[in-house]
Amino acid sequence: MTEKKLPIKGFKEGLLINLGEGDWISVSKTLLTQIDEKPDFFKGAKIAVDVGERAIHAAEMGQLRDRLSERGVSLFAVISKSNITEAVAETLGLSTHKSVLKASNENIRNALMDGEKAVLLQKTLRSGASVKFPGHVIIDGDVNPGAEVIAGGSIYIWGKLRGTATAGADGSEKAVICALDFNPAGMRIANIVKEGQLFKLKIKKSPKKATIQTGSIIISDWKQDNPLK
Amino acid sequence: MAARTITITSGKGGVGKTTATANLAVALASLGQKVVCIDSDIGLRNLDVILGLENRIVYDLVDVIEGRCRLRQAMIRDKRFEELHLIPAAQTRDKNAVSPSDMIKLVDELRDEVDWIIIDSPAGIERGFRNAIAPADEVVVVTNPDVSAVRDADRIIGIIEAEQKGPAKLIINRINPQMIQRGDMMDANDVMDLLAVKLIGIVPEDEHVIVSTNIGKPVALEEKSKAGQAFRNIARRLMGDDIPMMDLEFKEDILHRISRVFKAGGS
Repeated sequence: MTEKKLPIKGFKEGLLINLGEGDWISVSKTLLTQIDEKPDFFKGAKIAVDVGERAIHAAEMGQLRDRLSERGVSLFAVISKSNITEAVAETLGLSTHKSVLKASNENIRNALMDGEKAVLLQKTLRSGASVKFPGHVIIDGDVNPGAEVIAGGSIYIWGKLRGTATAGADGSEKAVICALDFNPAGMRIANIVKEGQLFKLKIKKSPKKATIQTGSIIISDWKQDNPLK
Repeated sequence: MAARTITITSGKGGVGKTTATANLAVALASLGQKVVCIDSDIGLRNLDVILGLENRIVYDLVDVIEGRCRLRQAMIRDKRFEELHLIPAAQTRDKNAVSPSDMIKLVDELRDEVDWIIIDSPAGIERGFRNAIAPADEVVVVTNPDVSAVRDADRIIGIIEAEQKGPAKLIINRINPQMIQRGDMMDANDVMDLLAVKLIGIVPEDEHVIVSTNIGKPVALEEKSKAGQAFRNIARRLMGDDIPMMDLEFKEDILHRISRVFKAGGS
């Protein structure tokens, strides 16, 4: 079988995966394999699948939904040009209209990219917002309490960090979390978790950086490192 | 004439949405504006009580939507202002009796007849809230200066932006200047630091509000009430007047100050 990756786009509501050409059994297998390769990235994700013109039976779609659900992924919408498929999706309680997906301004394109890729978000993440990206995440804005950022790589926040941040979600211990005003509710780097501070009225605002040193998360001042040292 | 439609919402319950709706409505009406307020909290009807109109309800919002009466018949005229009307919520139904498109249709029917349509939203982010913001031109978020109310306001503001109804405007209700001075309460700056939207008013905590709710006479009609003054100011800001924010700094009285000096000296 050819190792082809299905294209994935990020939206506010979740991820849209285009299943492309091929018979149903093989494309659904490709999708599941792709998810199994990056379980941390997909865990808890809401996905919509674009199935094109295929007519899909209720049993097939139900099975895909169950397989996804076993992996902690929830299928919430099916985009299709086929009336049969739309009707089936609706009986299963899935959304069918493209309108459910609002393109996010968060320049998340081709979300599954390898290497040192990063995404720049120029916005504030409010409570309830969630950003997931397999590479590094740079935010020019704040991450408010109740918002979360999950990155495969590092997280740099040019603003306040008050929500939760997970860097190195794929297990990379080299990942760091930095913010100009570093007061996260909680943080995780690779598999190490650290609690943040509870809300306080007057908190000290200072640029900090969280890194893993000898197996635990250490928070230090975020300043320019001297390359000559 | 094309009415401005404003939805008052909050996320968290009990922060003063209905109080704000009633007071802005009477304050605008007292400025000679034609106002209709709509209680969209189906099943938990309150706005009629605060306006002192509960004894006049014959038809409600759901009756209009389901065609049991004409829109005019469900509009209850206020006791004090000729040009202030209330469309009450149904008390015996729930949010699913109304859809966002029903609300848009109803508001469109009113737009040519009044200057302002003010919609009181239910708490939460579910169906009732979606119904309430669907027809809105502007959304005003009410919050209290506490962590949980502000967190919910933040969430709501995010949803309003996503629904392209933003940017939301903010009212901070129930500010207690004494507590702020003691460092026990977030002040307006702390709240704005997080929410970063346009602030259109700060309303102090005021016992008059409770009394006025019980007697069905919104506090904006009380000359002496500070909260009433704050709501009157917000109404004028909505009309485009440039009114400075109220000075809510706690003026420490002389006895307090002396006793504090002695205490400090003693310890």
